Amino acid sequence: MDDHSDLFKKSQEFLQMVNQQKDFIQDVLKENERLRFQIAGLQGKSTSDPLVSQEMALLKKKVEQLEAQKAEIERRFQNVEAENKDFAQRYIEIEEQNNNLANLYVASYQLHSTLDFQEVLHIVMEIVINLIGAEIFSIMLLDEKTNDLGVLAHEGYDEDVKFPRVHIGEGVIGSVVKTGESYYINQAGSGYKVDFLHPLACIPLKIKENVIGVINIHKLLVQKDAFTAVDYELFSLLAAHAATAIFSSRLYSQSERKLTTIQGFLDLLTTSGQRG
Amino acid sequence: MDSLRFLIVEDSPTMRQLISFSLKRFKGCKIVEAVDGVDALKKLQTEEVDMILTDINMPVMDGLKLVTLVKQNPKLRELPIVIITTEGAQEDRDRGLALGADAYISKPIQSSHLLKVITDLLEKKR
Repeated sequence: MDDHSDLFKKSQEFLQMVNQQKDFIQDVLKENERLRFQIAGLQGKSTSDPLVSQEMALLKKKVEQLEAQKAEIERRFQNVEAENKDFAQRYIEIEEQNNNLANLYVASYQLHSTLDFQEVLHIVMEIVINLIGAEIFSIMLLDEKTNDLGVLAHEGYDEDVKFPRVHIGEGVIGSVVKTGESYYINQAGSGYKVDFLHPLACIPLKIKENVIGVINIHKLLVQKDAFTAVDYELFSLLAAHAATAIFSSRLYSQSERKLTTIQGFLDLLTTSGQRG
Repeated sequence: MDSLRFLIVEDSPTMRQLISFSLKRFKGCKIVEAVDGVDALKKLQTEEVDMILTDINMPVMDGLKLVTLVKQNPKLRELPIVIITTEGAQEDRDRGLALGADAYISKPIQSSHLLKVITDLLEKKR
């Protein structure tokens, strides 16, 4: 009996607790509803209030202006970046141009620094080695009597090489002499073999339109893959200045020899006259 | 970078002039020239320099011998040395640097590259 009355008491307590919770939930729902209504009222008031909507419109306009300013700044930034890249590129080009001009100035200065024929030849060779970067090359001059070209100076060839004489118009070298136009191709891979009659570059040595010889380049230095822009400028410079320097130094050497001979004759005549 | 003193060791007048031309970018710099290793060592006895720029292939004494002797000399060993040469193979470069050269440049030279190498070495020395 006692057990039954205890169980009943407990169920009554549980029921009371559930009822209390039910009341509490209803109270919360009512409060929620009230707050929702209040929010809706406030929202309606804000849109209908002219001061608030004016303020909102102003803020909206300001946001738009700021967005436009941001876009403008981004556009300018991109422009400045593009200009920066352009300046950097121009700087590199100017540096390259400076380098080229220095090479051309030095080459020209050295070529005209002497009237000694052997020294001029040596300078031409120095330019071809140091400024162009050639490993194997030769200088050929035209023999006006036989009308063919012979090697005058060379660098880098095998010791037992026999240099052929080349007639005007014959092969690559002869054609360069005939036309007066430079010829160049770029070194083809590691399997490239030197063939004297097929140089990588053949530069005519010209005084006005007269070709007096050629420079043949057969191989570039190992660190140099191909001819560069400044090389073509140097070829043009060599075509004219090296030719003039070689020609004038040769004339000077010849005139020096002739002068010595004439001086010898004069001395002889003077001595003979005094004896007579 | 003012008042720098360079020793150019080159048998080729063309290259000496070209290197001097490039070095003129260091305003007020002084350039001493030597035609081979022996001449360079002689100049180093009387001239104070901040850097040596040397070729390898030269008569009388080549550039590698010069590098070796300079690096063995307690008074000169701190001097930065730049090798400027036509010898562009990797083994030549390794050999030059192993002997004590601080930089190795293959010909034909680019002025801007030479100046950058020199500037880097001078900054490293400071």
